[in-house]
Amino acid sequence: MNVENGVHDAHYFVPAPSRWPIVGSLALFLMALGTAFWINRVPGGNWALLAGTLVLVWMLFGWFGDVIRESQAHSYGLQVDHSFRWGMSWFIFSEVMFFAAFFGALFYTRVISVPELGFFSGTHELLWPGFAADWPAATAPKLDAPYQAMAAVGIPATNTAILLTSGVTLTWAHWGMVENRRTQLKIGLALTVLLGVIFLCLQAYEYHHAWEKMGLTLASGAYGATFYMLTGFHGMHVLVGTIMLATMLVRVLRGHFSTEHHFGFEAAAWYWHFVDVVWLLLFVFVYWL
Amino acid sequence: MRAMRTLAALACSLALRGVAASDSRISFQTPQTLIAQDIVDLHTWIMVIIIVIFVAVFGVMFYAVFRHRKSLGHKARPFHENTTVEVLWTVIPALILAVMAWPAAKVVLAQKDSRGATITIKATGYQWFWGYDYVDYGFGYKSKLATPRKQIDNAQDKDPHYLLEVDEPLVVPVGQKVRILTTSNDVIHSWAMPAFGVKQDAIPGFIRDTWFKAEREGTFRGQCSELCGQDHGFMPIVVKVVSAAKFQDYVSQKQAAAKASADDPNKIWAMADLVARGQKVYEANCQACHQANGMGSGPFPALVNSKIATGPVQGHLSIVLHGKSAMPAWQGLSDTEIAAVITYERNHFNHVGDILQPKDVKLARK
Amino acid sequence: MTASTETLHLQHADHQAHADAHGWRRWLYATNHKDIGTLYLWFSFSMFMLGGTMALGIRAELFQPGLQFWHPEFFNQLTTLHGIIMVFGAIMPAFTGLANWMLPLMLGAPDMAFARMNNWSFWLLPPAAALLVISLFVPGGAPAGGWTLYPPLSIQAGMGMDLAIFAIHLLGLSSIMGSINIVTTVLNMRAPGMTLLKMPMFAWTSLVTAYLLIAVAPVLAGAVTMLLTDRHFGTHFFKAAGGGDPVLFQHIFWFFGHPEVYIMALPAFGIVSQILPTFARKPLFGYVSMVYAVCSIAILSFMVWAHHMFAVGLPATAQLFFMFMTMLIAVPTGVKVFNWIATMWQGEMTFETPMLFAIGFVCLFTVGGFSGLVLSIAPIDIQMTDTYYVVAHFHYVLVAGALFSLFGATYYWLPKWTGQMYNEKLGKLHFWWSMIWFNVTFFPMHFLGLAGMPRRIPDYPLQFTDFNSVASVGAFCFGLGQLLFLYNVINTIRGGAGRAPARPWEGAHTLEWEVASPAPHHTWEMPPDEALVKKGLRAQLLDQDHE
Ligand code: HEA
Ligand code: HEA
Ligand code: HEC
Ligand code: CUA
Ligand SMILES: [Cu+2]
Repeated sequence: MNVENGVHDAHYFVPAPSRWPIVGSLALFLMALGTAFWINRVPGGNWALLAGTLVLVWMLFGWFGDVIRESQAHSYGLQVDHSFRWGMSWFIFSEVMFFAAFFGALFYTRVISVPELGFFSGTHELLWPGFAADWPAATAPKLDAPYQAMAAVGIPATNTAILLTSGVTLTWAHWGMVENRRTQLKIGLALTVLLGVIFLCLQAYEYHHAWEKMGLTLASGAYGATFYMLTGFHGMHVLVGTIMLATMLVRVLRGHFSTEHHFGFEAAAWYWHFVDVVWLLLFVFVYWL
Repeated sequence: MRAMRTLAALACSLALRGVAASDSRISFQTPQTLIAQDIVDLHTWIMVIIIVIFVAVFGVMFYAVFRHRKSLGHKARPFHENTTVEVLWTVIPALILAVMAWPAAKVVLAQKDSRGATITIKATGYQWFWGYDYVDYGFGYKSKLATPRKQIDNAQDKDPHYLLEVDEPLVVPVGQKVRILTTSNDVIHSWAMPAFGVKQDAIPGFIRDTWFKAEREGTFRGQCSELCGQDHGFMPIVVKVVSAAKFQDYVSQKQAAAKASADDPNKIWAMADLVARGQKVYEANCQACHQANGMGSGPFPALVNSKIATGPVQGHLSIVLHGKSAMPAWQGLSDTEIAAVITYERNHFNHVGDILQPKDVKLARK
Repeated sequence: MTASTETLHLQHADHQAHADAHGWRRWLYATNHKDIGTLYLWFSFSMFMLGGTMALGIRAELFQPGLQFWHPEFFNQLTTLHGIIMVFGAIMPAFTGLANWMLPLMLGAPDMAFARMNNWSFWLLPPAAALLVISLFVPGGAPAGGWTLYPPLSIQAGMGMDLAIFAIHLLGLSSIMGSINIVTTVLNMRAPGMTLLKMPMFAWTSLVTAYLLIAVAPVLAGAVTMLLTDRHFGTHFFKAAGGGDPVLFQHIFWFFGHPEVYIMALPAFGIVSQILPTFARKPLFGYVSMVYAVCSIAILSFMVWAHHMFAVGLPATAQLFFMFMTMLIAVPTGVKVFNWIATMWQGEMTFETPMLFAIGFVCLFTVGGFSGLVLSIAPIDIQMTDTYYVVAHFHYVLVAGALFSLFGATYYWLPKWTGQMYNEKLGKLHFWWSMIWFNVTFFPMHFLGLAGMPRRIPDYPLQFTDFNSVASVGAFCFGLGQLLFLYNVINTIRGGAGRAPARPWEGAHTLEWEVASPAPHHTWEMPPDEALVKKGLRAQLLDQDHE
């Protein structure tokens, strides 16, 4: 991407007026209002949320459908391709910053607030004298129920292996794409999707186990809160990534993409690698250390 | 340039010092501690620098605005770069900043040094009043707005210290280093005393500290300085600085009073007495949120016909002792007070319920 | 009109066949950057009226001591909504709207890089605004914890807070998508020959602003998400009993919040850097150093956040660090001020309305910057924080800064947008009226703050009465003056003071002036040829290489 002297297509593709954005706004509005009502036990909230979600799904199908059609019709030139690349990169950067907020919360509680509450400081002596802080076992001066912390070995380690492997299979699929070995592409992509699904199943099992057997809930002090928020948002990203890759798999099976022209696939791959890296950080700072 | 500097300095000191001494409407209140004085001096120094820069920079700009205009036939000279001036106006401001930063850093360090205090007082923010505990002397009290409601509603003429009057001020001795520990029972408040150069947020669940050493006797006034809900504007802070001897008297008097009014947690109370006592506790602590009529307001639930206030007493006791989301934990109240307020809530508001004795509260705390 | 514009105009004529929607579909389904820009600008102005009306509610209550009009809780709702609506509803969308309208024109691009997503960025704003307005009518009322939403106060609040949280999610989504669009447009859609160091300053400031937004909007989203789970799902991020800390929220919020204030300042710098050279008939002085200054301000803005938290009890080392870093921002900002003045120096100035607003901006923004500098000195800030001194400071940078630059931009580009000239007399009246009443409103607040009047209070001790009354009178007069602006704009759309040429300003040399006025619906469908670009650059003395 040469910034200083970019490519200039004769005509840059500007899409015709489209109904999807406003449909998307309607969907998000319904979802926001519905969720706010629902969590405050106002009747009808859950229905608004459901309606919003359905409209959102409709919008996603419609919008991405349009994009795929335009792509297949070769409406996008090289310049558009570059735009997509820039767009996706900065989108991923924004996601990085979203996770940064939660990692910041984790580091802050571990380094600043829990120690201040639990070691000798004015706060400890006057307000929480009986509390001996210990990350991750005891992170809250006042808890309703005891909990056990999640160990790094077991499912988390397995999941790390799974995600790392999925990175490899995806790259192998990508080679298949650029070298026009479609079978390799299909197998690699299918394997990646499968690994993503296994990851999600294992994580669901881990959550279930933690919640039911280990007493570890969202309310389990600073540890429970940061644990579920970080791994939860990561899990949602894995879900989205898996859906993106599954979509790409369907497109590949339908014969979409060429050795040069396959940015949709690459975008999904970038996203997958980003999710992968976030997991590694999680593994180190949430599970391990 | 020299003349300008003197002029600016003059203007500043006129505006900032002269007026400050007589009147606190246009500038800082008269400083009562060395730190507050340092702050005023720092401010004057920085204002001098700023005004000089402002006059110089905008002198140039307005010269151009008045002379280099088309209507006077001035022709544009299209220069557009000059590395020398660019470097100059990067480096010079940086140096000026250093001249400001140095004295400022010294004040920061002095202000933060709360070691060696002779008296420690814990100031707790409540919605919407302050509680003071003399940690070394074992007594404490609440300090609430004393301005009559009628004045606020414009139904009565306002006193000179409108909104700055409390029922019981904080009393401290002159010339001694007083350390204030701030914390809060509910949301963030801020303990501010402008004349002392002190402002320290009170964070629920944490202790923060600040200090002052008042140089003169007198009564000084401040206001809560962090948005804390609807009556944020109505929780003033009043400090009475008295001589060391007067302070000693004050302390012994308070200690005696505390002893006299101390409740025996094993006493068995009669219903009517406990309800009467409970009403006082309720008015002092609970009414702000749950309202006098017990109907609550906004996010604060009604106690009238509440499942908890009419259900098993253990649940009632538990929510008062331990709190729940926005409901604070009332561990700080004595066993008697808690027993009283709960009995009051269960036998007032048209409720007919049981009685809770202080010893049961004591048991439940364990 | 120059010959090249003539030909361009012809070119476009035969492209009108392009599938354009009409009627309401034109606006709801819009993919045209000009239509979307127009939507943004009108939305922003309505939010300004709404937020301004709330400000008048605040000022009415504060006209006299005692409670006059509102219950204190509602007063706090007014303050909170005023802050949120002005920041997220009025100022930020206005800058995005301008970027939408002008960037493709200035850079020689046919549209924004992602035209469909552009529409979504805009159409997320009205639902967000609707959520905020709905919050006024739910049990417990609108959020009343200040625009900074500090817990635990915001955890206590009723469901209005949840609506505000979701509104912030939508606003954040909108900002992120809008910013990705701006970044991509600037990086990938420039005309041949227009390298990064040759593009207009407004493009630069928009680019850097967009970066700031992409970096901090997700952080704010994270912060309010934690607030939401603390409120409803039992987490303890901001509750000491569970090992969290209310101050954590403040750190995260201001990590967003401080860059946010430059998000509202940098585009203003860009606008002023377009207007001043035009009316001084001289190229912008120190173009490259301006670019570096903008970048340094952006980078520094990530390292100063705790200057909003000097009173929470940070350790001395932290106070010193944040104090020094904050003071340092005066250097690049000073560079900008000096460059602007050097641009005017030896110029051939005329003082049409945009120029007046730009000069007003430079003066008053500096006043606001200086009060910011005073606040950056930690001990002084401890005295001043949460008083009206802070209120004075940020209205100088936001109203006389951001808002004035927006007025200037509107007058500057109105001929391009509408094809008509605005009424110059009314414009000047609007400027002088605003200038005077703005200062009457906000200057006295410095004194109130020095004397210790806390902010966010509906009632105050008697010694603050006089200045509050003055400020209230000023606010109503200032507000009234904005009707002049509205009238002038509508009047211009309806014909105004006659047809505007393609280049109504003698000294304007950027690409947008090469297309007809009003700008045709589709412009630069073919990239402008290099000669045309070079011509404009030469006029701005940007044709040599900057290394
Ligand atoms: C457009 C928005 C904007 C801008 C540009 C700024 C710019 C600055 N701000 Fe401001 N600020 C706000 C919006 C803004 N601020 C808001 C909204 C709040 C309150 C939020 C809330 O609590 O609700 C706030 C609050 C705020 C505080 C916290 C106050 C408190 O709550 O206690 C501080 C403290 O340091 C501060 C400092 C500064 C500084 C140092 C600058 C600097 O960038 C200014 C630099 C400019 C100059 C200095 C002038 C020009 C320079 C020269 C002519 C060069 C020569 C000068 C010298 C060498 C001295 N600001
Ligand atoms: C971003 C931009 C922005 C803008 C443009 C403004 C504009 C104004 N602001 Fe605001 N303000 C903030 C951002 C802004 N503000 C923020 C962030 C806060 C902090 C909030 C908090 O504490 O949480 C704040 C807080 C704030 C306070 C402190 C409140 C408190 O602490 O309790 C006050 C008090 O005077 C105030 C006043 C005003 C006034 C009078 C205007 C005027 O400039 C408004 C003028 C506009 C109009 C009046 C509307 C247009 C005209 C009409 C509708 C026509 C009708 C008019 C008449 C009939 C007269 N603002
Ligand atoms: C800061 C405001 C505040 C104060 C002061 C306060 N409360 Fe509460 N109270 C609440 C809130 C909020 C709840 C609701 C908690 C929940 O269910 O999430 C509540 C709930 C209760 C309930 C349960 C009501 C129900 O049916 O849910 C009781 C009983 C109660 N408070 C008693 C008291 C007593 C006794 C005091 C004084 C000693 C007091 N409160 C002071 C805010 C307050
Ligand atoms: Cu307590 Cu404000
Ligand atoms: Cu800041």
